[in-house]
Amino acid sequence: MNPENYLYLATILFAIGSVGVLVRRNAIVVFMCIELMLNASNLAFVSFARLNGNIDGQVVAFFVMVVAAAEVVIGLAIIVTIFRTRRSASVDDPNLLKL
Amino acid sequence: MIAAAAVRWSEGGGQTIAEATGVFSLTWLLIALPLFGAAVLLLGGRRTNAFGPVLATLLVGSSFVLGLVLFVQMLGQTADERAFDQSLFTWAPIGDFSVDVGFQLDPLSMAFVLLVTFVGGLVHVYSLGYMADDPEKRRFFAYLNLFVASMLLLVLASSYVLVYVGWEGVGLASYLLIGFWNAKPEYATAAKKAFVMNRVGDIGMSLAIMLMVTTFGTTAFSGVFAGASEASSGVLLALGLLLLLAATGKSAQMPLQAWLGDAMAGPTPVSALIHAATMVTAGVYLIVRSNPIFDLSDGARMAVVLVGVLTLLFGAFVGTAKDDIKKALAASTMSQIGYMVLAAGLGPAGYAFAILHLMTHGFFKAGLFLGAGSVMHGMDDEVNMRRYGALRKAMPITFITFGAGYLAIIGIPPFAGFFSKDKIIEAALADNIWVGLAAILGAGITAFYMSRVMFMTFFGEKRWAKDAHPHESPGSMTIPMVLLAIGSVVLGAALVIGGRFVSWLEPVVGSEEEHEFAIPILAITAIIVTVSLIGVALAYAMYLRSPVPVEAPTGSVLTRAARQDFYQDAFNESLFMRPGQYLTRFLVFFDNKIVDGFVNGSAAMIGGGSSRLRRWQTGFVRSYALSMLAGAVLVVGALVLVRL
Repeated sequence: MNPENYLYLATILFAIGSVGVLVRRNAIVVFMCIELMLNASNLAFVSFARLNGNIDGQVVAFFVMVVAAAEVVIGLAIIVTIFRTRRSASVDDPNLLKL
Repeated sequence: MIAAAAVRWSEGGGQTIAEATGVFSLTWLLIALPLFGAAVLLLGGRRTNAFGPVLATLLVGSSFVLGLVLFVQMLGQTADERAFDQSLFTWAPIGDFSVDVGFQLDPLSMAFVLLVTFVGGLVHVYSLGYMADDPEKRRFFAYLNLFVASMLLLVLASSYVLVYVGWEGVGLASYLLIGFWNAKPEYATAAKKAFVMNRVGDIGMSLAIMLMVTTFGTTAFSGVFAGASEASSGVLLALGLLLLLAATGKSAQMPLQAWLGDAMAGPTPVSALIHAATMVTAGVYLIVRSNPIFDLSDGARMAVVLVGVLTLLFGAFVGTAKDDIKKALAASTMSQIGYMVLAAGLGPAGYAFAILHLMTHGFFKAGLFLGAGSVMHGMDDEVNMRRYGALRKAMPITFITFGAGYLAIIGIPPFAGFFSKDKIIEAALADNIWVGLAAILGAGITAFYMSRVMFMTFFGEKRWAKDAHPHESPGSMTIPMVLLAIGSVVLGAALVIGGRFVSWLEPVVGSEEEHEFAIPILAITAIIVTVSLIGVALAYAMYLRSPVPVEAPTGSVLTRAARQDFYQDAFNESLFMRPGQYLTRFLVFFDNKIVDGFVNGSAAMIGGGSSRLRRWQTGFVRSYALSMLAGAVLVVGALVLVRL
């Protein structure tokens, strides 16, 4: 079994997630893509841990999961608040910070 | 001769300089009295209007009395011990170099002190009458006192820096006095012209002082003259030429002579004191005082002689065509100072005669100017001599005193000018036959134009304006004129007979043996007097025998050129003023367009750049996310490349 295949998979997942963040308009879908990117990086960390023979990568993966969870909580709260005021979940709508 | 001069000065000079004790310690008072007068009159303001002029006159008079006392005391000393140094305080101690304020009272400065205070005092008395109706006369007397104080500082200073202080002081006083009636723009312009041309000469003085500091480490006379014999000939030549430049500016010699004619815009007492007797002679003083430097540099001396000869002839030619009495006398002053400068350039043979002519000229030229002022006063300030004529009956005292000055300046024996001018021409002939002939020619032309002034003013037909009523001037004006006329008559004989003046100045300037001529001295004297009489006869034929036209005739090319001072203003303008003006205009243009353009351009560029960059802030979250991604990719790529 080649651990490097997992790295390829992690790269593909990361690419799909980043394209999704850039292309999709619905805020919830953007979040799902961000989660996808985070999980791709988790996979990469664990694969490297396996490749290097120590568990440092697995420890970092735990950290990433905690961060992802916290971020989801706050991010979803912001989206719901925006949806309540603007009646829209599109990421293009809040554009008042332009010059 | 250079070797002898070197030996003389390396042995400590021709005179021993002693500490000023006893009555000589009052030397500083000579300067302090008129300076005090100037301060009181200027700072006191209108409160001093009543007593100011008289106070000023008394202060200058008391300076003269003190000068007399010092002179009598000095006569009691032996010839070698007549120099006294009084140092007051150290002005600027800078490490090894220091500038001390101190005065040197020796035969040369004593002669100047007497001349300045006596003629200055007489001019003050004259001004009491001349300026009696002027509402600004307090300011006038303040400036006159300031002038006398500065001139005394100039001649009494014991170091070149202090001479420079006095030098600038007299330049300032001259500017203030020429432009005294500054409501008239031409007068203010004349004052500016005088000051600016003086400044050009002052560049020579400043550079000379700087050169002295770097070469000798000091500007005190004792230090400079002791070190002069060891200085290189290049340094001595440079010093001589720079001091000559300074002298030409102050004494209105070529090439800086254009300001003197316009300076006649000032009141006549000013012309008499400053532009005849004293300030314009400061240049001659400088050259004679610096005689150790000039003795050691033949090139500098030749330059001095050249300047003297050129100016003497230039002034003489210009004086023949001027119809304004003051401008004619101004041209005459320029020419006579040319004689003094010529004599000063002849070395020890001529220094004493230069100062002798300076003394006699001070008397007769001041007398002539005061006489001209008296004539103007009686003729309602008319200056055009074509509107004078036959004034000798209306103003007899003026006529007699003016006549005394006239006979002195054309060199008729036994009047003062004869002795002094004769000696200068003899010394010039001894040096170089052409210089001597030029001096004799100048004497002839001098006789011509002064006789022209005399005949046009006091003789001939009446050419007065309709409402002119010439009258004699009041006593306050005629008494000084009489005293100066007495000086014009006797001073020359008194100083020359027995060689008194030459031996008086010998410790300061040295002396030379009398030159042996091919023909006897009496023959030379006869030739000079004959040439002068030919000039008088020519003027008689042109201006007394034939009637003088009231409107100036067109005249020949030379006459018209001489009326325009041989186009000296056009020359100065095209050679110096226009290039300077173009340079300043170019610099202003450069500053506005290029320097400012550069600064404004960079600001505009940054402004334009920033308004373009601003468009990146779209407000769209997704574009920001794209930028972040791009940046992250770049960073990772850079890291990967570095690792590779």
